Amino acid sequence: MLDDFFIRALIGGIGTALVTGPLGCFIIWRRLAYFGDTLSHSALLGVAIALLFEINITFAVFITSLIVAFSLLLLQRGRNLPSDTLLGMLAHSAIALGLVVLAFMTWVRVDLLGFLFGDILSITKTDIAVIWLGGLAVLATLARIWRPLFAATVSAEIAKAEGLKPDYTNIIFMVMMALVIAISMKIVGVMLITALLIIPAAAARSFSSSPEQMALIAIIFGSIAVCFGLFGSLEFDTPAGPSIIVSTLLLFIISILPNLFSIRKKKNSI
Amino acid sequence: MLHGKDKLVTLDNAGVFRSRRWLVKGVTMSVGAGEIITLIGPNGSGKSTTAMIALGLLNTDEGTTYRKENLRVGYVPQKLSIDWTLPLTVNRFISLTKNISNKDIDFALSLTDTSHLQKKELRTLSGGELQRVLVARAIAVSPELLVLDEPVQGVDFNGEAKLYGLIEETKKRLNCGILLISHDLHMVMSATDQVICLNGHICCSGTPEVVTSSSEFKNLFGNKAASTIAIYQHNHNHEHSLDGSIKSKAIIEDERNHDLNHSKDKSHA
Repeated sequence: MLDDFFIRALIGGIGTALVTGPLGCFIIWRRLAYFGDTLSHSALLGVAIALLFEINITFAVFITSLIVAFSLLLLQRGRNLPSDTLLGMLAHSAIALGLVVLAFMTWVRVDLLGFLFGDILSITKTDIAVIWLGGLAVLATLARIWRPLFAATVSAEIAKAEGLKPDYTNIIFMVMMALVIAISMKIVGVMLITALLIIPAAAARSFSSSPEQMALIAIIFGSIAVCFGLFGSLEFDTPAGPSIIVSTLLLFIISILPNLFSIRKKKNSI
Repeated sequence: MLHGKDKLVTLDNAGVFRSRRWLVKGVTMSVGAGEIITLIGPNGSGKSTTAMIALGLLNTDEGTTYRKENLRVGYVPQKLSIDWTLPLTVNRFISLTKNISNKDIDFALSLTDTSHLQKKELRTLSGGELQRVLVARAIAVSPELLVLDEPVQGVDFNGEAKLYGLIEETKKRLNCGILLISHDLHMVMSATDQVICLNGHICCSGTPEVVTSSSEFKNLFGNKAASTIAIYQHNHNHEHSLDGSIKSKAIIEDERNHDLNHSKDKSHA
């Protein structure tokens, strides 16, 4: 009953959730949600560049995100512009620039909606291989640099003073972010990648008492959302990418219900 | 004194220039094993900046710094803010930069009277509790150099005396060098080997007795500094234990006498 493409979508989606979970935790701990948004928006520019020079799209998106990430770091060091202005500017210019470049290339026909909101149902076996290999590489790296990265997240000063070289781990983190954006673009599209990163992580918060636990629960929530989203999209004939994000949102709402409830209880008892 | 290989950190004529002004300039100092160096000075005088140079968090624009290779550092920053999004218990926080055995965690927490907070989340702690946990963490890494940036902020008078006692004890136990930043003159005076009085540059330095009697010190802090002890005595007719209960006068007197005797010992030595 389940078609082949549906199984592929499930495997690809869960592979993505595996990395977006822990990475998403770091993004919300470090308040990088908007930064991630800017990177993922710039992925559209990467797509345009890939089509223009006829190179692999995932690779081009990875490189573009990487370049944008490091230019942001450099620009922020200058501190002439507030960083939200800078991020907003770059995010939307990258999208606009990508669209303009795409429009110039009258000879290529692109499925713009697919790039913007994901095209999970069309993923190929190669896509799955890229997602899983890239994803496992990211997970392995993350496990290696977990302590210094986490220490630098809590306090960059303590980490640096106590010899953990946070600058170095920050660079690795940026590379991982660019990689995750490149591999998850196919699943939910450039507009929704940040949502897939931060919403499962935020939903996991209420159930976690340690950072490691939160990363694990974020993976589980992400995977559940992928399954629900895909089945939902099949059932109600809705677009798959947005359906996955709606599922993460539902999970988040459920996750904060106990909190709201306990606050009311406390108020009543006073 | 400079570049002695027995020193943990040495700053030679160090200066940091940011936003078109010198944050500090011409700072020469060093911390050796078993020494307590205290930095004092008014707000914006470059105390934290100097500590950050010593820690390697800031690069100097002038002068040189030397740090012992692979120096094990314990750092208590001035403040730390933890978001709701970060689930971080006290226990987990202690082994933030290094694996620390449960036994050592328990020991560090018991030293700072924070054992009961072990399972609590960091962001739910009060200012004073957080400060003590920060100190516990820095001690738990068994540092060769312990740097504390105003560790008594938000800690009440009694807790302050205890915390300084603990810092002194840590020095003896680990034979580590200690760089302490403080705005509180009296309490520091009794335990420290060398006081460095900063105001963008080093105004004066030396043993606590030498510094308090120097005219630069009096210019910087006024007469208030000289009467700091008196101020404490007048303002505190009772004191609280760490749990908030009121301590008996006898205990307070006892602790005061202990402090005074201690500073007397220092001046004889």
